[in-house]
Amino acid sequence: MSGPTLFGLCGAALVGLGLYWLICQPGALRKILAFNLIGSGVFLLFGAIARRGGGALSAAQAGPGLGIDSDPVPQALIITGLVVAFAATAIAVALLVRLAEQSGRSTLEGDTPPSPAAPTEGGH
Amino acid sequence: MTSALAVDSALVLLVLGLALWVTAARAAYSAAVGFVAYGLLLTIVWVRLAAVDVAMTEAALGTGLTGLLLLGAAARLAPYESAEAARRPGPGLRWLVGLLCAAVAAGLAAAVLLLPDPAPTLAPLVAENLAATGVGNPITGVLLAHRAIDTLLETVVLVPALIGVWSLAADQDWGRRPGSLTPLHAGSALTLLAQVLPPFGILVGVHLVWAGADDPGGKFQGATVLAAMWVLVLVAGLREPPAVRGRSLRLLLVVGALFFVGVGVAGIWLADAFLAYPEGLAKPLILAIEIVLTPSIAVILGLLLAGPPVAEGPSGARS
Repeated sequence: MSGPTLFGLCGAALVGLGLYWLICQPGALRKILAFNLIGSGVFLLFGAIARRGGGALSAAQAGPGLGIDSDPVPQALIITGLVVAFAATAIAVALLVRLAEQSGRSTLEGDTPPSPAAPTEGGH
Repeated sequence: MTSALAVDSALVLLVLGLALWVTAARAAYSAAVGFVAYGLLLTIVWVRLAAVDVAMTEAALGTGLTGLLLLGAAARLAPYESAEAARRPGPGLRWLVGLLCAAVAAGLAAAVLLLPDPAPTLAPLVAENLAATGVGNPITGVLLAHRAIDTLLETVVLVPALIGVWSLAADQDWGRRPGSLTPLHAGSALTLLAQVLPPFGILVGVHLVWAGADDPGGKFQGATVLAAMWVLVLVAGLREPPAVRGRSLRLLLVVGALFFVGVGVAGIWLADAFLAYPEGLAKPLILAIEIVLTPSIAVILGLLLAGPPVAEGPSGARS
């Protein structure tokens, strides 16, 4: 087994782990953390595939001496993905903090909402 | 080869162990601390995968800024945490979910083990066409020439993300200063750090942007370092975040994306395609886009951390 395959399997395990806790953790912040674990697992899968592609290149045709050890296209997409993941996490955290200030809870169940706490409106 | 594999295996075990800690830790704050350590280990994994550009982004953005965001949220949400445990699903449901998630992981693992050989790759195409762009870093070439449309959409998507965060402000607080980075203790070692570190940090950030054309680095990595320096100054209370009503601030936020779109539209006439660069002008244009985008991205990232605008406290002291 090679290094990239090992990291790819690690990514698969991270996706499974993150998915389990995304569903089973009641706290919304813990769900955001679990979601970020899933994201990093997907990036890791993608990175392992990119490494394989680069390795195939350097083995088959030495290339024009650019030293591309890993396929640059997936790498660029992973960087894009990291930035978008951060922006999405920032929105999720802001939504959650606002929810907690308004309603006094940090879970997502909507069945028994406590009456909105009036004094928290407009400051904390 | 075997020793490298041993190191990789240890790294994978550490990553998985920390991932378990992040998900199973009792308090959300410890989980967020674990997430920072987890991100730093992932950075080493990216270096092992020969993806240095990704490693830099992971360290600065995925670990540094995301870690600060999650730590701040965990501290603010700690009072509400005790009520969460009662909402945990029952053991039967957890077993079912666990089995299904294990099936998902097993399916992905099978896909990894059954990847086609030889591996499909776009690296030779990038290597062949890199000379036309004039830049030496293939990832910068992909980001700003071959797949520029992805990068454009990503820079544009940061602006609605910030608008989304801002629009969570209460009605009467609209237009005021963001409040999530309010300093708690003034006059600590943090103040000294916030005075000493930024000059070096700004140099490192500018260097990353400039070097990104030919070596690992680039605007996202550089902008993240610049944003981190700004956030450090804000957290230490040396400066206040700008009011979101400011016209010059809003111009700064969108100028990067507008410039990128402008260059893209000009390409329709000058090079026969949207986002195409005229012959011989590719490298100057790529550098110009990187330089104009950097301040916009840095300010947006910093303001995403600073959160929605809040009411001004009586003495600046807020929770």
